[in-house]
Amino acid sequence: MTDPASVSRERPPMSKRMAKDTGKNRPGKAEWLVTIPSFAWLMLFFAIPALIVLLFTFHAKSANGGVGPWSLSTWRELVDPDYPAIVWKTLRVSFKVTLWCIVLALPCSYAIARMNKKWRGLVAGAIMLPFWTSFVVRVFAWKTMLHPEGWLQTCYHAWLHFKIWLLAWIPGVSAPAAQSANPEGCLLGLARCAIDNASTRILDSEAAVVLVSVYTFLPFAIMPIYTAAEKFDFSLMEAARDLGARSFYAFRKIFIPGIRQGIVSAVLMVFIPVIGSYVIPQMVGGKDCLLIGNKIFERAMGNRNIPHASALSVLMAISVLVPMGLAVWWKSRQTQRSRRRMEEDAVRRAERRDER
Amino acid sequence: MKEDFLVFDHVTKRFGALTAVDDVSLSITKGEFFSLLGPSGCGKTTLLRMLGGFERPDSGRIYLEGRDITDLAPNERRVHTVFQNYALFPTMTIWDNIAFSLKLAKKPKAEIEESVDSILEMIQMSDHAWKYPNQLSGGQKQRVAIARALVDRPQVLLLDEPLAALDLKLRQHMLIELDTIHDQVGITFMYVTHDQGEAMSLSDRIAVINKGRVEQLDVPAKIYEAPASRFVASFIGDTNFFSGEIASVEGDYCTIKVEGFPPIRAYNDKNLAPGQKVDLSVRPEKIRVTINPPLPEKGAGINVFPSKVRDIVYQGVYTKYWLVSSSMLVSALKPHSRFLLDQEAITWNDDVFVWWHPDDGYMVEAK
Ligand SMILES: Nc1ncnc2c1ncn2[C@@H]1O[C@H](COP(=O)(O)OP(=O)(O)OP(=O)(O)O)[C@@H](O)[C@H]1O
Ligand SMILES: [Mg+2]
Repeated sequence: MTDPASVSRERPPMSKRMAKDTGKNRPGKAEWLVTIPSFAWLMLFFAIPALIVLLFTFHAKSANGGVGPWSLSTWRELVDPDYPAIVWKTLRVSFKVTLWCIVLALPCSYAIARMNKKWRGLVAGAIMLPFWTSFVVRVFAWKTMLHPEGWLQTCYHAWLHFKIWLLAWIPGVSAPAAQSANPEGCLLGLARCAIDNASTRILDSEAAVVLVSVYTFLPFAIMPIYTAAEKFDFSLMEAARDLGARSFYAFRKIFIPGIRQGIVSAVLMVFIPVIGSYVIPQMVGGKDCLLIGNKIFERAMGNRNIPHASALSVLMAISVLVPMGLAVWWKSRQTQRSRRRMEEDAVRRAERRDER
Repeated sequence: MKEDFLVFDHVTKRFGALTAVDDVSLSITKGEFFSLLGPSGCGKTTLLRMLGGFERPDSGRIYLEGRDITDLAPNERRVHTVFQNYALFPTMTIWDNIAFSLKLAKKPKAEIEESVDSILEMIQMSDHAWKYPNQLSGGQKQRVAIARALVDRPQVLLLDEPLAALDLKLRQHMLIELDTIHDQVGITFMYVTHDQGEAMSLSDRIAVINKGRVEQLDVPAKIYEAPASRFVASFIGDTNFFSGEIASVEGDYCTIKVEGFPPIRAYNDKNLAPGQKVDLSVRPEKIRVTINPPLPEKGAGINVFPSKVRDIVYQGVYTKYWLVSSSMLVSALKPHSRFLLDQEAITWNDDVFVWWHPDDGYMVEAK
């Protein structure tokens, strides 16, 4: 496999490493030339706009809704007591959505990659099918399903009642109900009341935002994972089984590491848009689940305060990039350490054997 | 039968209309180096996959040390495979690849280290333990694949054309190494190949397979010298066939009448009766080619036929001659001995004699 990640994880002895650095592995002039178009593209449409957004935050807003003179007032105004909670909620929702998407996409992609060619194309096409309808229409469809009289809410309600009905069969729970003069006053009655209460509504809650987001972004998780799974050599699974692994162990230890690149892109493909999403929370999140995206939208469109909206974006980016950078740094240090420890171990063992 | 170490009992496997393995019964003893030899598509891999647990036979049973393992999952049998493409785990180091089965068996850490280190030493790869598979050469990968499958001492080691991806020199080197490893570990090896040279040089016994059926099961020398069928004779090595009918029997020998060829004498080891249709196989290296006929006192009762040289192919150790005798094309191999000095050189279109002793031909009954 020409997996760049696994190449970079090698730790050849010092001499070899140095030889490599000065060797022909370094890209030549021609290679740099080849990267110019994509580099220019990135600069033009990503780096420069990001820089502009960053610069906006050091301006005040102008009276007509544009960008005013240089000032630190925007950052000073940013200490809104609501923001930490909203940032935290946004991160939490994005994390949940990403987790669910990956957990669902893994077995899906595995199954699709193992199908024969004809079915594979068909199912992959079916996954893309929702994209033929407008995104807003689809979210609106969810709104009707989750509505208190919509069928999903009704089913959920029925399910909760069914659970309580099952609970009633447990002797300890139903006994006081039989003795009590007022059956509704007992534990079960309380539970029934709670269910009929509005607190079980799915619509206008964080759960609804997570649910609809998972629905929306699942194809974006399946596609990169499936692409990686399709290239995955399934004879490795047989080899693992052959050496004594159960199927799930092989799935965990061979398949998942084998498609790691796909998972990483899937995480990015889901996490990043969810962090900035504002349509879904707006439509199904109600008052309870407005995310940072909604705040940015509100500041930019409602208050016409572009610098403030920019500052919020930068804040959000920092709150994602800093933990991510820390995690990557920590992980690489960890693997390096454990590898070094193992190598030292091996040397020690070899020495001991030579002594004998 | 069931008491033997590894037994295939009337095993059949079909893929749709195709019968890949057709009523195969084999019995393999413990510690044996057993080879399955046959042309491409004859069902060798399918047979191995059934033993590994990756395919289920349509009928028949497989027993390992008296236990019926036919329906066990791959991870429930102590049978490990060296795959044709090695199937090393690309995300693990060589060390972790080899330790895989030991970790699964939850062996104590010290024992795992001990076993992995010692097998790495055996395959002379101790210096490469922390590399990844894509940083190894073909021969190194191959050795790691063998080590990975051997390290937890399986009952049987299956090798599916493990040398097919290697070049000739490396293949010869690995052959010797495989042989050494087999001697060291004393585990039963089941080796699949379509290269008769490999099978001949390694195996205790060989099963020659054709179209899903076992054509012959014997020691290498027997398979070469006394093939059971025309297929075996032609698949193993090179040979000349003379198809005809036994005309008469004289003691241990008989005379075969071949269409468009003079009568041939052959050793009648199977006591076949006159009228029996036979194929006589004569290996090229058993046929002598000389400009003069053999001396009469040496040549009593041997087959001598005048021929014309059609083609000569110099092959280093041997020279191969294609000769036309009567209407047949016969091939003969001649080793060189002081080639340039005392041999009267034979060249194209020379009139020569081909001759062989009746004992050097082997008859198989024609179907
Ligand atoms: N999964 C399968 N589905 C359908 N047919 C199959 C399958 N596996 C094998 N076959 C067929 O069974 C026959 C035997 O295949 P097998 O792989 O055992 O051959 P082989 O002897 O190993 O050949 P080779 O030397 O080329 O590896 C072939 O004709 C092959 O096409
Ligand atoms: Mg095969």
